[in-house]
Amino acid sequence: MNWEGILGAAARAAVGRDAVVFCLAAIGLNMHFGYTGLLNFGQAGFMAIGAYGLAVAVNTIGLPMWIGLIVGLAAAVVLALLLGVPTLRLRADYLAIVTIAAAEILRLTFRSVALRDVTGGSSGLTQFARDFYTINPYSSGTYGLWLVRVDERVAWVLTVGWGLVILLSLMMYLLMHSPWGRVIKSIREDEDAARSLGKNVYFYKMQSLILGGVIGAIAGFITSISSQSVQPDTYSTPVTFFAYVILILGGTARIFGPIAGAMIFWALLSLTNSVLRAAVAPDGPLPGLLSGTQIGQVRFVLVGVSLMLLMIFRPQGIFGDRKELALDER
Amino acid sequence: MSDSLPPTWVDDVDASPGSAKPDPVLTVDGVTRRFGGLTAVDVEHVEIQRGAITALIGPNGAGKTTFFNLLTGFDKPDAGSWVYRPLTANGDGHREQKLNHMGAHNVTRAGVVRTFQLTKALSRLTVMDNMKLGATGQSGESMFKALIRPLWREQERQIEKRAISLLERFKLIDKRDDWAGTLSGGQRKLLEMARALMVQPQVIMLDEPMAGVNPALTQSLLVHVKELRADGMTVLFVEHDMDVVYDISDWVIVMAEGAIIAEGVPHAIGQDRRVIDAYLGAHHDAPLTDEEEERQFAEAQEVLESEEQVQ
Ligand SMILES: Nc1ncnc2c1ncn2[C@@H]1O[C@H](COP(=O)(O)OP(=O)(O)OP(=O)(O)O)[C@@H](O)[C@H]1O
Ligand SMILES: [Mg+2]
Repeated sequence: MNWEGILGAAARAAVGRDAVVFCLAAIGLNMHFGYTGLLNFGQAGFMAIGAYGLAVAVNTIGLPMWIGLIVGLAAAVVLALLLGVPTLRLRADYLAIVTIAAAEILRLTFRSVALRDVTGGSSGLTQFARDFYTINPYSSGTYGLWLVRVDERVAWVLTVGWGLVILLSLMMYLLMHSPWGRVIKSIREDEDAARSLGKNVYFYKMQSLILGGVIGAIAGFITSISSQSVQPDTYSTPVTFFAYVILILGGTARIFGPIAGAMIFWALLSLTNSVLRAAVAPDGPLPGLLSGTQIGQVRFVLVGVSLMLLMIFRPQGIFGDRKELALDER
Repeated sequence: MSDSLPPTWVDDVDASPGSAKPDPVLTVDGVTRRFGGLTAVDVEHVEIQRGAITALIGPNGAGKTTFFNLLTGFDKPDAGSWVYRPLTANGDGHREQKLNHMGAHNVTRAGVVRTFQLTKALSRLTVMDNMKLGATGQSGESMFKALIRPLWREQERQIEKRAISLLERFKLIDKRDDWAGTLSGGQRKLLEMARALMVQPQVIMLDEPMAGVNPALTQSLLVHVKELRADGMTVLFVEHDMDVVYDISDWVIVMAEGAIIAEGVPHAIGQDRRVIDAYLGAHHDAPLTDEEEERQFAEAQEVLESEEQVQ
């Protein structure tokens, strides 16, 4: 087996575009679920509305890209308000139902034939991020360390992406170590207690929903900018659940949780894929045991099994605290 | 202030349900709350004297907790209104403020804070964070100011000072950095009460504050509650332990089946016929007729006399 190739692929996956996108999505979910206890099952919808806000503003309307970014962020705020106003006064499960439905409604709307002139239907829109690449400070060539080598375009996307991860993680750190964060965490623990102490719970939950949703939209920006395209089916429901897996894997309500979770998740996925491929290759130990499509399915089974093992032996995730987790059981 | 001497205002007040008080901080009118066919609360009129300790007693299911929920905005009444008369900031007068239709958090900000019968410790916050959360008007609770620490660091320090002195009072100072979820049931009661005091309320409503607290600590808590009164706070508390009620309350209000059936000073309330009936209800071996009562009385006397002879 070509271990260097296998490890190289895993290392590239750990810092690659998918890792950065899902890391951002999970930072948003950490705000919602980890800190506030809000069940947002529609993070894919926030990513989609960010990406489409940008693409539609630039391609369909013809606005400059920086205004497109603002449109995407504003659209995420509006979506959060639409989802939050009717549900945040109700029990937690209502938000879950409404967000999962809204994300699907958005996806189906974006791909509908009636909106083909605006959103490009099922094939989406392309070439709306030229401005992003024209300000690329990297000249053409390959960049990177050791086994991770990327071209100047990917290097620019990853620099901006991980830069945003660092910036947003720092912001989350400051917020969660402030009186605002204290109120947010108290809402997760017991809403009525927070209200009895004079906190406007509805208002704080709304702020949290907006903030986490806006971070989701930023994840959507990176997704769409890196490929210079938006396609509705990129933002289907499993995206949200991968982001949850990543968050829980890394540890909820931890600043480093989403970062570690995203890197490990994508490295694991790449690792299982390459090992399986090498194993069933003609010169491998199990030649021809699995076909190419079967490998794709089996690796998810393996990732699922390893996540189950993790949950059994380390239910708090990588960065979580087991004693803290046990408090819930009292 | 001496513990044993009742305050003078009680002499001027009628010992009857809904009687007027000289300086009511809360005045409740016509409040009803129904759950389907059940009328949980049906209070015609009641006034709570400012600066006094008032006990609200009554059998299980009388509607005490529901009444608390209504007054503090945690539940909506089917009808009724209540007026709160807080002291103004300089303390030389008072305003009138309608509290019905107000959300729970606004009731607290107005100065009426409550605790819960089923304790609500915020498990995955430390004891200290639980306390700090109670302080109102924190500028760091705004999302944007939260990002800039210098804007709230000084206020945070003040709040922490206040929290420490309360934690010392409530014997929780050793637990300040522990998660509240690790506290025992009684300690959680204490934390909840201390946390409510962080609000610096004018009225504090305690739902069974002593339930599950050990007797020695109950004694010191009772002292603290009296101190609250000495500081000018109004205390309204629900309690089943009559010793506690006799010990600290200035006035007792009795609820049964949603209505207020009696009011009075503590030592008189125990003798009130309506109160005894309400408490003993159907289980009470009530004499059916006057003759029956005579007979039971005679029997009881015989028993007592025979015991005296033995001694
Ligand atoms: N949410 C609710 N839905 C239906 N019925 C309720 C609800 N809350 C309270 N009740 C009913 O209202 C009545 C009063 O309940 P409440 O909890 O106020 O009594 P309580 O006086 O506090 O009793 P305890 O001393 O046992 O705490 C009870 O009969 C109860 O079953
Ligand atoms: Mg009760």
